[in-house]
Amino acid sequence: MTTSLPTAAPGSTEPVGRTAAASSRAASGTTTSKRRERRLPHTPLHPRPSLPLTLVAGLVLVYTLLPLAWLVINATKDQNGLLDSFGLWFADDTHFWDNIGRTLTYDDGVFVRWLLNTLLYVAAGAGGATVLAVLGGYALATYDFPGRKAVFAVVLGAVAVPGTALAVPTFLMFSNMGLTNTPWAVIIPSLISPFGLYLMWVFAAEAVPTELLEAARIDGSGELRTFFTIALPLLMPGTVTVLLFSMVATWNNYFLPLIMIKDPDWYPLTLGLNAWNAQAQTAGGQAVFDLIITGSLLTIVPIVAVFLLLQRYWQSGLAAGSVKE
Amino acid sequence: MGWGFAGPFVAVFGLVFLAPIGYALYLSLFQDRLIGGTSFVGLDNYGKALTDPRFWEGLTRVGLFLLVQVPVMLGIALFAALAIDSGRLYGKTFFRVAIFLPYAVPAVVASLIWGFMYGTQFGLVGNINDAFGVTLPNPLSPSLVLASIGNIVTWEFVGYNMLIFYSALKVVPRSLYEAAAIDGAGEWRVVTAIKLPAIRSALVIATIFSIIGSFQLFNEPSILQKLAPNAITSDFTPNVYTYSLSFSGQQHNYAATVAIVMGVLTAIIAYAVQLRGMRKG
Amino acid sequence: MSTHTTRRLLAALAVVSTLALTATACGSDASDAGAGGSGPKDVAAALEKGGKVTVWAWEPTLKKVVEDFEKKYPKVDVELVNAGTGDKQYTALQNAIAAGSGAPDVAQVEYYALGQFAIGKSVEDLSSYGAQKYGTTFTNGPWNAVTDDQAIHALPMDSGPMAFFYNKKVFDKHGIEVPTTWDGYVEAARALHKADPKIFITNDTGDAGATTSLIWQAGGRPYKADGTDITIDFNDQGVSRYTATWQKLLDEKLLAPTTSWSDAWYKGLADGSIATLSIGAWMPANLTSGVASASGDWRVAPLPQWTKGDKTSAENGGSSLAVPKAAKNKELAYAFTEFATTGAGASSRVAAGAFPATRADLESKAFLDTDFPYFGGQKANRIFAQSARDVGADWSYLPYQVYANSIFNDTVGKAYVSPTKLSEGLKAWQEASVTYGNEQGFTVNK
Repeated sequence: MTTSLPTAAPGSTEPVGRTAAASSRAASGTTTSKRRERRLPHTPLHPRPSLPLTLVAGLVLVYTLLPLAWLVINATKDQNGLLDSFGLWFADDTHFWDNIGRTLTYDDGVFVRWLLNTLLYVAAGAGGATVLAVLGGYALATYDFPGRKAVFAVVLGAVAVPGTALAVPTFLMFSNMGLTNTPWAVIIPSLISPFGLYLMWVFAAEAVPTELLEAARIDGSGELRTFFTIALPLLMPGTVTVLLFSMVATWNNYFLPLIMIKDPDWYPLTLGLNAWNAQAQTAGGQAVFDLIITGSLLTIVPIVAVFLLLQRYWQSGLAAGSVKE
Repeated sequence: MGWGFAGPFVAVFGLVFLAPIGYALYLSLFQDRLIGGTSFVGLDNYGKALTDPRFWEGLTRVGLFLLVQVPVMLGIALFAALAIDSGRLYGKTFFRVAIFLPYAVPAVVASLIWGFMYGTQFGLVGNINDAFGVTLPNPLSPSLVLASIGNIVTWEFVGYNMLIFYSALKVVPRSLYEAAAIDGAGEWRVVTAIKLPAIRSALVIATIFSIIGSFQLFNEPSILQKLAPNAITSDFTPNVYTYSLSFSGQQHNYAATVAIVMGVLTAIIAYAVQLRGMRKG
Repeated sequence: MSTHTTRRLLAALAVVSTLALTATACGSDASDAGAGGSGPKDVAAALEKGGKVTVWAWEPTLKKVVEDFEKKYPKVDVELVNAGTGDKQYTALQNAIAAGSGAPDVAQVEYYALGQFAIGKSVEDLSSYGAQKYGTTFTNGPWNAVTDDQAIHALPMDSGPMAFFYNKKVFDKHGIEVPTTWDGYVEAARALHKADPKIFITNDTGDAGATTSLIWQAGGRPYKADGTDITIDFNDQGVSRYTATWQKLLDEKLLAPTTSWSDAWYKGLADGSIATLSIGAWMPANLTSGVASASGDWRVAPLPQWTKGDKTSAENGGSSLAVPKAAKNKELAYAFTEFATTGAGASSRVAAGAFPATRADLESKAFLDTDFPYFGGQKANRIFAQSARDVGADWSYLPYQVYANSIFNDTVGKAYVSPTKLSEGLKAWQEASVTYGNEQGFTVNK
């Protein structure tokens, strides 16, 4: 496939529009040149790490991590420790493993059920959303078809209408279709990520040069085959980004399930944690802030794992796509 | 062929976005009262919305929010993305994950976390006051609460926008940098002449969605409302207003009207930014 | 004995006891039975036939009730669903009613919110199932809250006669007397805060429920509802008594700016910086589980009085079980409601810490003699029971109190964060409530 790439000298030194960027990219991408570059030490492409820059960027890091430190520290406390000790430091005794155990077994292990529900919603919802967004974004970027411009306008216009007010109409619709209180009520709306569509559109316009597609067509490749063998690898960094966003969005989806799902057996984690939180606000209810905090920490862990797992595709996708590492 | 690829998205989109909007448009023409039932009122609800001071107050508030918070957030996100992309950071993988993490925190937890950070009694602000014998202003007082919300939104979405910019930078062809290096361009010059123009579409899209997000500001105020019930009113933002109209007041028809007016206004501004952003350069 | 035989025996017992119930119902209120086309007999038949009942409630003690009920009526399958607490659940209920499907058979509804469902005719009138025989079963406050001239909209599940919870350790440490009047309360607030600026007499960030309850105790009756004719008047003497006292606390910053039910609130209750609570009698369960570390510090007393030597109280919170019109299996729904609110169900809930709305439970020796180790061995139920008897009569909420409460902080809340006076805030609240009521088709203040 790479053999059919047109080979030419690098493009102009200061490309400004999208066209210049695209053509120059198409020109450079062979795996051989990449391998050669990797050995170069400390060129502008492989600069030496800079301590001052790291320190300045470190400020952003403190900003994002300090609140999370609170979460980790407090996941080691029991209910009494939470009430008695300073928030940003550990209590006298640590209950971390005990908390995890109790979170997983509280109320007959309902947390595990919620976790499995969430996994289902994420796999079906975010997976589906990514597929739809990649296909749609690719179509918008590379094909000229009637109504193409309208798609952009309509999607943007629809996204601009606040979802909170659409919740009731959506509920009434879904209720008539018999979908409320079933996983479908969460999964179907999750399938749409307007932002994902735009991101893929922008990425596809940048990352998939029309020349490449035309070359493939001349080689006799069908549209689907072209998409899977040429476009998809080039779109990998964007796909991974959209997948990550959709996963987090589905993982943290709260408002829609709140309206659609009344049966705790179908709750996602967020609704479950919220139900635990509401317990503290109920006459006769049990305050379980310790379990909420530990549960939240457990909720974030899979997201981090997925992030670490997916991030290598930013690199490998690029290997196929002719860029730097 | 284009429709073949875009079809699935468009079909589901029609079901979960367009149909409810159509329904909302229909609802907006009626009035339903606890006593007296439903009656057709034509465009009366629209007239009411356009002259509703509670709606305009909220709209002004999110407008102000938008002008300050969006540039700050996108600025930090862009800086972080460029820093990580430059390859000049120690531990760039760690940076990438750590900055993204807040986006993964569920809303219930964010409220607990920020309840602690902002607390003047048991929280971080209170602790600082005690430790240094100072009196920091209450972040949840009516005059500061908008800024405090802006801070939370920034905290949550810096990593999100950083990733958009970062992955856009990832598809900038490396040959461009080589060429620039041969021409002797400095790092700063590479950023302004190559990187920024190359990710302009991503910048525009992130801006548009941040604008829409600001106009629809809902989660953070409703989370903090429990902690600052008097500073965050039930009409704090237009979206909080439609929510309380619809859910506490059972005024679904009027809520739908406000949502549609809001949608039209947001869409106009988003289109304007889109046109301007794409035309420039 | 095999389980099979046991079950059959239990079923037979169940039939017999239901028949007995039916007999008494017919005996006392034969004329009303069957008014709505569905009499007590149908309930017994439905129980025998069996079926499924969905219950939306967040009250934790119902879990045990469901088990007991299913044991007693093995053919009935009860699904207990926590569909959200308070207004979240009401929203869900309204949505389900609007959608015409998905409504539960039984729903927990707080007293203040019941009017909305009653006026919208979305709950069954339980007198057609024979509920009027319970006229003297429940204490006055809750019973008045679920009935009006025409109908019985729900059965009371629990009640919240108010009491004064105070942290004795804090009062003792600073040698301050526990107040018995609201004037004394203000004095104590000043003294405590002076002794230690970290200590506040209580927390308050503006809570519609607490404010209306204290106005209730002070003799204020701001709401009057007669069908769809409503009067809202926050100008009576009771209201001004309340505002005069509370304005002092606000002006002198003697109230902790901590929102109730937040984790900071639990912290304040634990470390003594929130020294007292004037709240419903259901509070002990929350203190025991949520603030376990302060066990032994707290005590209970009657509410401070507006006039020295008085004995007046009010209700704070409490909820009922209602049967939505959209319920699928109304007879079974009523049977469960009856079981959970009277007789064995009510007693088992009281044993689990709920505060009863039934006279029998409230007056039982076991209940009155219960020791509360959390309150240093105090027999706190005696104070609560007395409070239940002292609740001021003739209080009513708005038929749209849920909405009114949702805008409380928009209006009255201003008094907590700006120089606006409490009385001005209440006036603004009144105006907003009047406007909404008229928009919704009520006749308010006309």
